[in-house]
Amino acid sequence: MSDHSSSYEPSNGFTRWLDERLPIMRLMHGQFIDFPTPRNLNYLWTFGAILTFCLMVQIITGIILAMHYVPHGMHAWSSVEHIMRDVNWGDLIRYTHAVGASMFFLAAYIHMFRGLYYGSYKSPREILWILGVMIILCMIMTAFMGYSLVWGQMSFWAVTVITNLFTAIPVVGESITQWIWGGYSVGDPTLNRLLSLHYLFPFIIAALVGLHIWALHVVGSNNPVGVEAKTPKDSVSFFPFYVIKDGFAVIVFALLFAWFVFYAPNYLGHSDNFNEANPLQTPPHIVPEWYFLPFYAILRAIPDKLLGVIAMVAAICVLFVIPWLDTSKVRSTSYRPLYKPFFWLFVITCLALGYLGAKAPEGYYLLASQLFTAYYFIHFLVVMPLIGMIETPKQLPDSIAEDVLEDTSEAEKA
Amino acid sequence: MSSDNNDENRRDFLMVAAGSFTAVGGACALWPLIDQMNPDASAKALATVEVDLSPIKDGQAITIMWRGKPVFIRKRTADEIKEAKDVDVADLPDPQDDGDRVKNDEWLVLIGICTHLGCIPSGQKTGDNSGEYGGWFCPCHGSHYDTSGRIRKGPAPRNLEVPPYAFVTDTKIKIG
Ligand code: HEM
Ligand code: FES
Repeated sequence: MSDHSSSYEPSNGFTRWLDERLPIMRLMHGQFIDFPTPRNLNYLWTFGAILTFCLMVQIITGIILAMHYVPHGMHAWSSVEHIMRDVNWGDLIRYTHAVGASMFFLAAYIHMFRGLYYGSYKSPREILWILGVMIILCMIMTAFMGYSLVWGQMSFWAVTVITNLFTAIPVVGESITQWIWGGYSVGDPTLNRLLSLHYLFPFIIAALVGLHIWALHVVGSNNPVGVEAKTPKDSVSFFPFYVIKDGFAVIVFALLFAWFVFYAPNYLGHSDNFNEANPLQTPPHIVPEWYFLPFYAILRAIPDKLLGVIAMVAAICVLFVIPWLDTSKVRSTSYRPLYKPFFWLFVITCLALGYLGAKAPEGYYLLASQLFTAYYFIHFLVVMPLIGMIETPKQLPDSIAEDVLEDTSEAEKA
Repeated sequence: MSSDNNDENRRDFLMVAAGSFTAVGGACALWPLIDQMNPDASAKALATVEVDLSPIKDGQAITIMWRGKPVFIRKRTADEIKEAKDVDVADLPDPQDDGDRVKNDEWLVLIGICTHLGCIPSGQKTGDNSGEYGGWFCPCHGSHYDTSGRIRKGPAPRNLEVPPYAFVTDTKIKIG
């Protein structure tokens, strides 16, 4: 795909001059105008563009917030209030950034489930998938650090609980934790480094996104049928077809985003974070933001401290190896009758863990989190390898074109 | 021929020597970049506090700050002391005699941070939930501590830590 010959024609003297010195326009033309893209992509394929939009929104609003924010234990909280009350448009910018984090995760999770359903992690897209897992890891760290900056009760105690996870490491755990804190408890030095890193990480994410798109453009997009594009009939050029479709999806997504920002900016937050951090009082229930709840449920499902931490980390890291755990050669779950119910069971598992992460870990809630945690891992470690070996997939179409044209001819008959 | 061999050995030696020097030098240059994050001189300077115990009555507890951490000081009642002593230590998740955790049976001094993930257990004030063993209860993930601050039930792996302290007079202690 990357080797298709370029149709770029510099249109004037300047672009001709530039093309001979830095062929950046040629590169862009090849990657984002001419780029051959499967003709059958559905709206789930627009989330890449939506995610790029989210990253840009976070970086722009974040740089602005950092102009007014003070990373000091005594002033952080009041500087956030200052942003909300005094800074021109400060409330709009802060709400956009805060809601933006939720929107970012919403889009990322949809994007990931898309990849899981359509087998987009399978050969030859393993590196593409692994880069994606690295991006979600960095997003998790970024959002955690950003939330801490508010220095409310929930911020403070979330930092305390999460940094204390490192004390689970045998022997050196205590020293590592003090190294992270820069003291003997979460305090001023901690807040300062959290801001420094919260500012850095989005740019690491941006670099990873660059690699992610590079890897995508070497092998090309997967598609809902899961057979590779072979002939020119299987593809259309990225411009105008997918530029318009992605653009439309970004606008619809932005409407939802704007609805939250303007009508329910605090709906996704927690009321305890409207109290300033108090190192002497732990709130009765510590709950993370919604996008961390499934992982929090896994952490608490296991009554042993070290094993709980290991399970939570493993829940994300297992994603790195699924290209090799899934033994089926067929990509799209639509053609995998035996795997399909298990896929949906996995989706339900993630939603259930999210629900349970917000409940006290007692009684039936605890039992349920343990069962769903077990299935979370069984899905990857047992179901994926096993079903690929025993399943008889449905007949795949020979090509994307055949599949699409068959659909239209049936539609015409009806 | 033999001089050729010698040359080669000499070159190998130079390569290995240069490589190791670079590696050691690199590691030395890296250390300040890492160590700067450790607790600094100002954090270490706040290391001791003195506390006057005379206003504390039987069964009462106070919380003071030491190194940014809450320290619980509790004047235990005779019942609480008895309860703490009567436990069969072998049955505990983190076995420790009450005698090894106090310098004077009446006074229990603990770092008030749950050894699970660092929340502050409740039980300092009368009326607080103090858990099933009458000491402290951590609301975060449900750890119960007894009247010696030992973990009895829940995910916390260790007993509440005892900070280094000494009695300066009968009614005054120095922590740190
Ligand atoms: C990957 C992209 C990012 C994510 C997921 C993210 C996430 C977050 C979150 C969840 C908060 C707390 C929101 C609140 O309740 O106020 C926050 C706050 C903050 N972020 Fe970001 N952020 C991102 C990028 C950035 C960037 C690029 C900067 C600066 C260059 C930045 C600067 C800040 C500042 C100064 C705050 C504290 C002010 C506040 O409470 O609104 N962020 N971030
Ligand atoms: S922090 Fe106390 S039980 Fe988890």
